[in-house]
Amino acid sequence: MSGRGTARGDARQRTRRRGGPDGIGGASAGAGEDASAPAVEFDGVGRRYPGGVRALDGVDLRVERGEMVAIVGPSGSGKSTMLNLVGTLDAPTEGKVRVFGHDVGALGDDQLSALRARSIGFVFQQFHLAPNVRAVDNVAEGLLYSGVPLRVRRARAAEALERVGLADRAGHRPHELSGGQKQRVAIARAVVGAPALLLADEPTGALDTASGVAVLEVLRELHREGVTVIVITHDRELAEGLPRRVEVRDGRVVADSGAPTGPGPHTPARTGPGADPATGATAGREVAR
Amino acid sequence: MNRLAARWRRRRALPRPARLSPADRLRTGGSGLRARPTRVVLSALGIAIGIAAMVAVVGISVSGQAELEARLARLGTNLVTVSPGSTLFGGDATLPEEAPGRIGRMPEVEHTSQVEFVDGVNVYRSDLVPEGESGGIGVYGADLGLLETIRVDVAQGTWLNPATSDHPVVVLGSSAAARLGVTRITPDTLVLIGGTYFSVVGVLEPAELAPELDNSALVGHGVAADLLGAEGDPSTVYVRVAPDRVAQARELIGRNANPERPNEVEVSRPSDALEAGQAADQTFNGLLLGLGGVALLVGGVGVANTMVISVLERRGEIGLRRALGATRGAIRSQFLVEAMVLSALGGVAGAGLGSLATLAYALLRGWPVVVPWWAGAGAMAATVVIGAVAGLVPALRAAAQHPTESLGAG
Repeated sequence: MSGRGTARGDARQRTRRRGGPDGIGGASAGAGEDASAPAVEFDGVGRRYPGGVRALDGVDLRVERGEMVAIVGPSGSGKSTMLNLVGTLDAPTEGKVRVFGHDVGALGDDQLSALRARSIGFVFQQFHLAPNVRAVDNVAEGLLYSGVPLRVRRARAAEALERVGLADRAGHRPHELSGGQKQRVAIARAVVGAPALLLADEPTGALDTASGVAVLEVLRELHREGVTVIVITHDRELAEGLPRRVEVRDGRVVADSGAPTGPGPHTPARTGPGADPATGATAGREVAR
Repeated sequence: MNRLAARWRRRRALPRPARLSPADRLRTGGSGLRARPTRVVLSALGIAIGIAAMVAVVGISVSGQAELEARLARLGTNLVTVSPGSTLFGGDATLPEEAPGRIGRMPEVEHTSQVEFVDGVNVYRSDLVPEGESGGIGVYGADLGLLETIRVDVAQGTWLNPATSDHPVVVLGSSAAARLGVTRITPDTLVLIGGTYFSVVGVLEPAELAPELDNSALVGHGVAADLLGAEGDPSTVYVRVAPDRVAQARELIGRNANPERPNEVEVSRPSDALEAGQAADQTFNGLLLGLGGVALLVGGVGVANTMVISVLERRGEIGLRRALGATRGAIRSQFLVEAMVLSALGGVAGAGLGSLATLAYALLRGWPVVVPWWAGAGAMAATVVIGAVAGLVPALRAAAQHPTESLGAG
């Protein structure tokens, strides 16, 4: 727990972040951290589970702000463990994980929760949408733990839905949406709080090809707006389409294509900001290439 | 100084979780309930039944009390009954003939009336009725002011008056009339009293403060003495005393009625008996309240059970919320609030049901309907506490769940 003095600093940070004209895509990181720190830094990270299972072993990795990275590997390779560590849902048993300069192992549960609420967005294979709850309210839930009032949450949820091309589905409930639409709702929920880091765990795993392409295009668009995007996948084809690939096998990084040309938002290929994700057909060819 | 500044910077840099507003806590706590309405109804039912039982018991008891108070206000609590007790040797005592007069002159006394029991005289519908079937109806010579003193109305016909009281006319108490089969009075409604036919001129309403008169036949003093052989000893004196001096009047009446042997005078206050009857009901109420408490306990266990299952089922939701930035405290409070809301819903339904039961019962009995506000407020408070207790362990379990264990394969 931090002292009283931080409240004002936090508030200022929040105001700056939310006041920004770029709404969702703002690349600013969470509360008061070192702005020069990379988004994610693994330093000799190992994760052992009780019973001796070694899920990760001596992993070094650095993801700069604004990168888009695929962490690719077969099931059991340790990529999900990496996601949990990057997402601060778990702490390493060896080495150090730093997220925006914060040593995950040194922070308490409340501070990690706050870090997740402000700086990290999650997208899961299974969407995890609340049944019988309207899309806009599902998205608004993404801001609940940031202490934003309900009215503002709803308004920003509507904006976020617009960004993923689902403005006309705001009142729909999950069972009235297709798989791809559900995943886009989940993405909207992940980015409604304007996190600097978006973690997508097999985001297309439960989708058909066309829907998967559209979802990936939304992620690319967020990347273009400056969000650091990390996609965990077993799908090599999907990974090939992303600027950087980190291959994981048996708990170790076996290959890293490296950051393309230094940090910073990747240059857009064709589509400009605000492009319709429905153009995913062309992007699909790009992925397949 | 430098180290202090560095530490200060580090503290500043630590992210702090936002506090959820009470409205958000309530909304989040209620979200799990909205998703499963059937389960809410079933698991709140136990609580509802318990609360309904308790509210109904309290409501009916308080309504009955209100009814009694209204009745006592109508009848007055200042009626004192004076009757002969027993002598020191166990025999039946008698009141002196002068007793009514002496009591009437006491400053605390407003007015008095007396009746004299006519011994050995029975009442029959006609001379065809076998002698043994007297129905136990007592015959009394009564003062003309009796009805005013005991506050009883005439159900039909008229009361005795100076003109009729010296003739063989009779007024029947309510149950005496029923026993004799007198339902409607006509000029030739006659009953046989001590070998003489008396004409029935009136039937009384039930006498709540003098129930002994319900099964009686009341005639004038003169007739009682002349035709039926009454000896003139008052058997009961009904005394209205000043309402604020009832206690001291009770003390003095015995000595005034029979200065030589005040111990042979029995003085009672009939309104006490009505209140005692109510008190007897209260013990029964205690039993019902206990049963309501058991139902409430069972309901609480039901809520706890529902919450345990709910937490197990919603591991995915818990993991998601943790990923969205919920602290352990936020998860704990969500499930605690959910249990409290669930239980309180049962409380609201139960208070409503209990009030309805009170309403129905009171209307059936012709009572005023009173459900005290504290019964409802107490029910709500009790259910919120029950919900908190029932939800505590499930909420702690939900909060203790590791964020990664619940997100499933991904």
